[in-house]
Amino acid sequence: MKLLQVVALAAGWRRPVHRPLSFSLARGEILALSGPNGAGKSTLLAALAGGGARVFAGEIRLAPGVRTGFQTQHAPPVAGVPLSGAELLALTGARPDGLPDGALACLHRRLDKLSGGQRQYLALWSILQAPADLLLLDEPGNHLDRAGAASLPFALRARAGQGAGIVLVSHDAELARACCDRLLQVEPCDD
Amino acid sequence: MTDFLPQLALFWRPALTGALLALLLPCLGLYLCLRREYWAALAYGQVGAAGALGALALGIPPIAGGLAASLAVAGMKYPLEKHLPATGIFPLLFILGWSASLLLTSNLPGVERSGTALFEGQLYFADVDMLTGAALALAACAAFLWRVGPLLLLACLHPAHFRAQRLPVWALGAGFDLLAAASLALAVMSLGVMGAFALIFVPPWLAFAFAPSWRAALAIAPALALFAYTLAFAFALLHDQPFGPVLALALGTLTLAGAAVAATWNGGAKKE
Repeated sequence: MKLLQVVALAAGWRRPVHRPLSFSLARGEILALSGPNGAGKSTLLAALAGGGARVFAGEIRLAPGVRTGFQTQHAPPVAGVPLSGAELLALTGARPDGLPDGALACLHRRLDKLSGGQRQYLALWSILQAPADLLLLDEPGNHLDRAGAASLPFALRARAGQGAGIVLVSHDAELARACCDRLLQVEPCDD
Repeated sequence: MTDFLPQLALFWRPALTGALLALLLPCLGLYLCLRREYWAALAYGQVGAAGALGALALGIPPIAGGLAASLAVAGMKYPLEKHLPATGIFPLLFILGWSASLLLTSNLPGVERSGTALFEGQLYFADVDMLTGAALALAACAAFLWRVGPLLLLACLHPAHFRAQRLPVWALGAGFDLLAAASLALAVMSLGVMGAFALIFVPPWLAFAFAPSWRAALAIAPALALFAYTLAFAFALLHDQPFGPVLALALGTLTLAGAAVAATWNGGAKKE
């Protein structure tokens, strides 16, 4: 059985925001969702994560026992919170193995004392390396510094190589080309 | 010191009750800070005080009335959030608790003294029930936060990921609210409203500012609270002062003294 099967899904908050979509995702596969702003890509991810957006039509089928990791565009609100990078990773069960040297070096410092790029990379890593079979990533390249952005495609491929299926939303066409197996166009509803 | 030790032998039960609360409240305060719910501490405490006074008027044990009122506040949070902006709910409940407390104190002669004691803190009258309650609350808090604390952190920092785990979000939040409400109600009975608030607010606030990690904050906040509490207990006992204000003063003075030392230190380091 596929990790994820989506059949004629129309999701939204008060009403469907995108046209019905059908697709499937296997373990080890990376699928990019593309489309204009407001097409409903983030809404679709929220619906796939469960407990977020409303499913108006269609069906989401997950393989039994699938664990989901979900990263939104909102950075963790760590300003003023005494939390180290290592502690953030421990919260999601993510392992630091494989972190780039720059991120490893600041693992034991408070997150709110790090640069925005370092903080964002650790926040992304905490979801990317969480013990999950299905990873839903919304604009994972946002706010990363140059080193983080350069290592992201390799980190995504490595995670897929470990058997995770990844659905990501990204406006970065280069990132999608570099690491995604398929691209799915999300189109907004007409009305 | 020669005066203090015999008094401590006499007041060991209140001393221990306060010490247990000084360890308990800052730990809860760290999670209230994290959830940006400072006002919850005041609301639980003040409404708990009103409940205790109401219970006295009805001839019910005040501890039961205080607990019931604080737990009712915790229970009202979620229904009220559906109809009112969440940021104003605890301030509103605090105002209502304050109003009820003062009206009860003003209009019922029998509860006037108890009302004053609840505002000032009546730690020296803590009995076996209070000590047992504080010990149970500390044990419950330690067990709950050991197990659920990381999930509370995850729910605040990665809420979408937390929901995707299909964990009982509402139950975890409500469990913490009930624990905080019950602990505050107990604390108010012995430390007073503002004394309890000082312990739940100041040490966690300082730990948030200076601790290098959450683990360190969990050690620093109770240690600071216990230190300030010990000073306040000794001073209030020796000089026959109301405990709550002395505790608040001790915490405030330590904070300002620490800030002055840090400013001097940093100034010196910059000159070098």
